Amino acid sequence: MKQHDHLASNRLARLKRAAGISSNRLVATEHAVQLLGAVIEPGDRVCIEGNNQKQADFLARCIAKTDPSRVTGLHLVQSVLALPEHIDLIERGQVERIDFSFSGPQASRLALLVENKKIAIGAIHTYLELFARYFVDLTPRVALIAAQAADREGNLYTGPNTEDTPAIVEATAFKGGIVIAQVNEIVDRLPRVDIPADWVNFYIKAPTPHYIEPLFTRDPALITEIQVLMGMIAIKGLYAEYGITRLNHGIGFDTAAIELLLPTYAADLGLKGKICTHWALNPHPTLIPAIESGFVKSVHCFGSEVGMERYTSARPDIFFVGADGSMRSNRAFSQAAGHYACDLFIGSTLQIDSHGNSSTATLDRIAGFGGAPNMGADARGRRHASPAWLRAGREAQLGAGIPRGKKLVVQIVETFREHMQPTFVEHLDAWELAKTADMELPPVMIYGDDLTHIITEEGIANLLLCRTQEEREQAIRGVAGYTPFGMSRDARMVENLRDRGIIRRAEDLGIRKRDATRDLLAARNIKDLVRISGGLYDPPAQFRNW
Amino acid sequence: MEKFTLTLKSVPAKSRRTTLCGVVSSGNLEVLVEPIGMEDACEIEVSTSAHGFRDIWEAVLNDFAKEHESGGLRLSINDAGATPAVVSLRLSQAFEIASGDAP
Repeated sequence: MKQHDHLASNRLARLKRAAGISSNRLVATEHAVQLLGAVIEPGDRVCIEGNNQKQADFLARCIAKTDPSRVTGLHLVQSVLALPEHIDLIERGQVERIDFSFSGPQASRLALLVENKKIAIGAIHTYLELFARYFVDLTPRVALIAAQAADREGNLYTGPNTEDTPAIVEATAFKGGIVIAQVNEIVDRLPRVDIPADWVNFYIKAPTPHYIEPLFTRDPALITEIQVLMGMIAIKGLYAEYGITRLNHGIGFDTAAIELLLPTYAADLGLKGKICTHWALNPHPTLIPAIESGFVKSVHCFGSEVGMERYTSARPDIFFVGADGSMRSNRAFSQAAGHYACDLFIGSTLQIDSHGNSSTATLDRIAGFGGAPNMGADARGRRHASPAWLRAGREAQLGAGIPRGKKLVVQIVETFREHMQPTFVEHLDAWELAKTADMELPPVMIYGDDLTHIITEEGIANLLLCRTQEEREQAIRGVAGYTPFGMSRDARMVENLRDRGIIRRAEDLGIRKRDATRDLLAARNIKDLVRISGGLYDPPAQFRNW
Repeated sequence: MEKFTLTLKSVPAKSRRTTLCGVVSSGNLEVLVEPIGMEDACEIEVSTSAHGFRDIWEAVLNDFAKEHESGGLRLSINDAGATPAVVSLRLSQAFEIASGDAP
């Protein structure tokens, strides 16, 4: 007889080995390392939950304390390698291979390990792409996850920071894997059940609450006049032109400036109700003034943001809030929403080349992608129309005898970054990185053929209207300012592109530069945001300077 | 500190008010605009804390003199490492105020 339940019997064997450690699902904090040693087998695919927001940091510390002779040959399949312990585990020789999305703070250490051949990278994914592979060929055998609370049966409450948890648990629990949760507290009754107990094998009270990075908090006090100017250009030259109602903003001060200009500049232009009504976005504190002024109708969140919990709870018409009154985020769904249901993505980058390819990779850092490429790509499976999407398709002359639409994918950058590093370059550092790290693809964040517009302090380049690669290149050089890349433009061709409206400067849009002052921002500091939220926003300590 | 002065051809300015714009703080600059006894040129004096960017300064200032009717004006720039974007913005702001079409 052929056996059909290898995975299930293997799971049972693992649970038996753990039986001496815990008689029910609750494992004592001090036995966590022992539990991991008992249930993890050599060569396992392991997911240590963590993304650019919450982290299963206690379980990460524990797995880095397991016996390297027994817990070995691991294949890490997880969103981020952001904690020192993730890299410690590799340095201890317990990991053979990694498939991930983003390595932010550990990007330099990771680059070093790859260069010294201490680790093989399968691929650097986008979030949605990695989640997809959990259900095809990268299903975890063991998932170490983080939740806010558990009840006595092991049901989990993940609350506003639900994030990646449902995707990880679903893949692991339904394919014979083991799910272990660290929780901040154990309570008699949960506010709501986000993950049912029978999908969870063990839960452990962590000695400290799981770490959450306030990654999406931008202090308005640090927004510059150049960013105000670029925000005005984006609103008047792009959002108003195309009538953008459904969108996603990347992370950064450039897009924070746009959010803070909605109740002031955009409202003065009569755009309330006409743009920026529906969002796939984390609960950015800088969106509070736009929400309070009635600009925003709906926001679905990838994750939460530290300090925004009470505010999102108090605005259930805007955010997705459970019957218990707290928000629920879901990274996989929000990524899908950003990909298929938004007409515009706008974000920043470190380098853009003459094809419009953009990358955040630099030579000594393997930083990865996160979610931007899902949002910053045309959704070719999309079949519903909207005016903005159809107009973009018309401008690009898409479709072979059939009308086609196109998503607007916009990069908003200053021509120079700090220390006079040019944003526009002839050659992306990603090429060198691909060579040294032996990657099959240079790590490009947004592909040039997906990019539709570039906004700089020099104006907008509309790449949809370019008919040849030469025009495209000159349009990019034409907004690249005084960088060497920009200075080598063909001045006559750039003037011609400007005459045709492919390049539009601030003055072409009727924007007076002297109006670009910080006075236009609806909030000028964090304290303003707290005030405008009616005291509901509770910023983390590092953002309180009063 | 690097210092240099450029005299650039420009269309005579219509109005010549003395104006001060911006502040000397990191990544920013201050520009003083005042009339001088010339007609078809402007004089721009730059003091900058950043070394080695003379080419970029000249490109930025040449474009400024070409695009703005600034003959008969002296611009004195005190720079604390502003990017070309900030330089252009400050010069435009100062000029818009100095040439009197400010509200």
